[in-house]
Amino acid sequence: MSRSNLILLALIACIAALPMFGGAYALRLGTIACMYAILALSWNVVGGLAGYPSFATAAFFGLGAYIGGVLLARGMPLAAAVPIAGIGSFLVAALLGAALLRLRGHYFAIASLSLIEVFREVVNNATDLTGGGMGLNIPLSASAGVMADATFFFYAMWSLLLVTAVMVMAVSLSKLGFGLSCIRQNETAANMVGLNTTLYKSIAFGLSACFVGSAGGIYAAWVHYIDPSDVFDILYSVKPIVMALIGGLGSPLGVTVGAFVYLGLEEVVWRNYIQIHSGVLGIIIVLLLLFLPHGLMSVGSWRWRRGMKNA
Amino acid sequence: MPEILRLQSVSRRFGGLQALRDISLTVNKGEVIGLIGPNGAGKTTLVNVVTGVTPATGGAVVFDGEDITKVKTYRSARLGLSRTFQIVQPFAEFSALDNVAAAALFSKPGESLKAAREEARRHLAFVGLEAQAAQEAATLTLAMRKRLELAKALAMRPKLLFLDEVNAGLNSAEVERATALIHQLAADGITIVMIEHLMKVVLNVCSRIVVLHNGRLIADGQPRDVMTNPAVIEAYLGQQYAQRAGVHG
Repeated sequence: MSRSNLILLALIACIAALPMFGGAYALRLGTIACMYAILALSWNVVGGLAGYPSFATAAFFGLGAYIGGVLLARGMPLAAAVPIAGIGSFLVAALLGAALLRLRGHYFAIASLSLIEVFREVVNNATDLTGGGMGLNIPLSASAGVMADATFFFYAMWSLLLVTAVMVMAVSLSKLGFGLSCIRQNETAANMVGLNTTLYKSIAFGLSACFVGSAGGIYAAWVHYIDPSDVFDILYSVKPIVMALIGGLGSPLGVTVGAFVYLGLEEVVWRNYIQIHSGVLGIIIVLLLLFLPHGLMSVGSWRWRRGMKNA
Repeated sequence: MPEILRLQSVSRRFGGLQALRDISLTVNKGEVIGLIGPNGAGKTTLVNVVTGVTPATGGAVVFDGEDITKVKTYRSARLGLSRTFQIVQPFAEFSALDNVAAAALFSKPGESLKAAREEARRHLAFVGLEAQAAQEAATLTLAMRKRLELAKALAMRPKLLFLDEVNAGLNSAEVERATALIHQLAADGITIVMIEHLMKVVLNVCSRIVVLHNGRLIADGQPRDVMTNPAVIEAYLGQQYAQRAGVHG
């Protein structure tokens, strides 16, 4: 296993210690950090490895939130609802992927973007099941207090992050990851050497939706109330891409660090520039991408290369 | 000799352009065929039709006894139909080794990445790229990338190999080297159909020549007969020249 993957596992292990130090606010941030990292790592499978710029993250986040939410509202335990949300998202994504992934580049980006709208309208109109625009109340599980709840959901999201990270590493080391890398570099040639590109892309799209959907399920249980405009928010699609770009495309460690850095920036900027926070955050992102086009992960190798030249 | 590939009245239309008309052709096992014709004659389209990149709009393609007219590219690749591209198509960020390993890996179901890399090393050695195994494909010279294409095609253990202008853009020393490789492949019993503009290479390597012109097959036979065929001379040099040279009379 490569060094950067070991560092990533160590980093995730360190995060597990958060409840020993932080209060409810820190746990809330920690839960969101894990959730962002899940979204970014998942996006990386289809966007970073296979090179298909997907904007469908929000679609599957919302889908998972609603699958999980509806099941929870009918009394199913969280431990069953979240995996079902994940598996459901995987299947829907893999099926849709077989059709959508025939498009390339910008065309695919727009098509994946439209999934958010489609799913939102479906949820909006399935009023009997989802509550439509009124939103969906998810009953509180027997609660043992604010801190116990916060700790529970933090660990739920953290565990999912761990599973996601292990999945992404396994993919990048496997035949599947090798094939996705071939597809990103040259899809025509990939077909020509006997690679079933449609199958590989569908699996990648399914995997990228699976853990996003599960995260949506946990999110629904965590916040107790979801409505379509909340969970099908396009920002859930855009943020993972920005995180991956900040961290460095393709590298699981880079993408995860990117997610944490992004959350840090978002929080700091929001606190200090409450009136103009989106503007300030936008400028910072533009500057970061302008001066670090290959992300934070490239800082090390860049300094190393310069050192070689001077020697 | 048993046949390996049969085209039955194959046509391909791109909108209003009839790129291939009614092509019927049989390739036998072990043959080395030169596919020639002026620019735009439909040579690459023919290869694309056979390999499923742009399926035929009419007719049938039978490979090794199996109808592959509508079969997808990756499946015909696994059946043993392999090609190189006129414009080289490497996996640019991969090393030369991994480029070839990809071909070995995906053309055979159940192959492991480790075994594929082992095998790739052999094919790189065969085309003389063992020293460049770790080098990123994008940084190789054109001649090396052409040989890398060849190594990739070979790693798929082809029964039939299409070579699309492997010599275009190479200098004479490089052409000689590539020609020697093709001779060796033919000696190993691989059936080869090569698109080639260098007549010296075609006459040196091929036992049979097929000529396309405006999407039609205008000649098919022994190199000597084809080269003196009036229709072929006319296609290449124009009617006036053909008349002046007296080949019509």
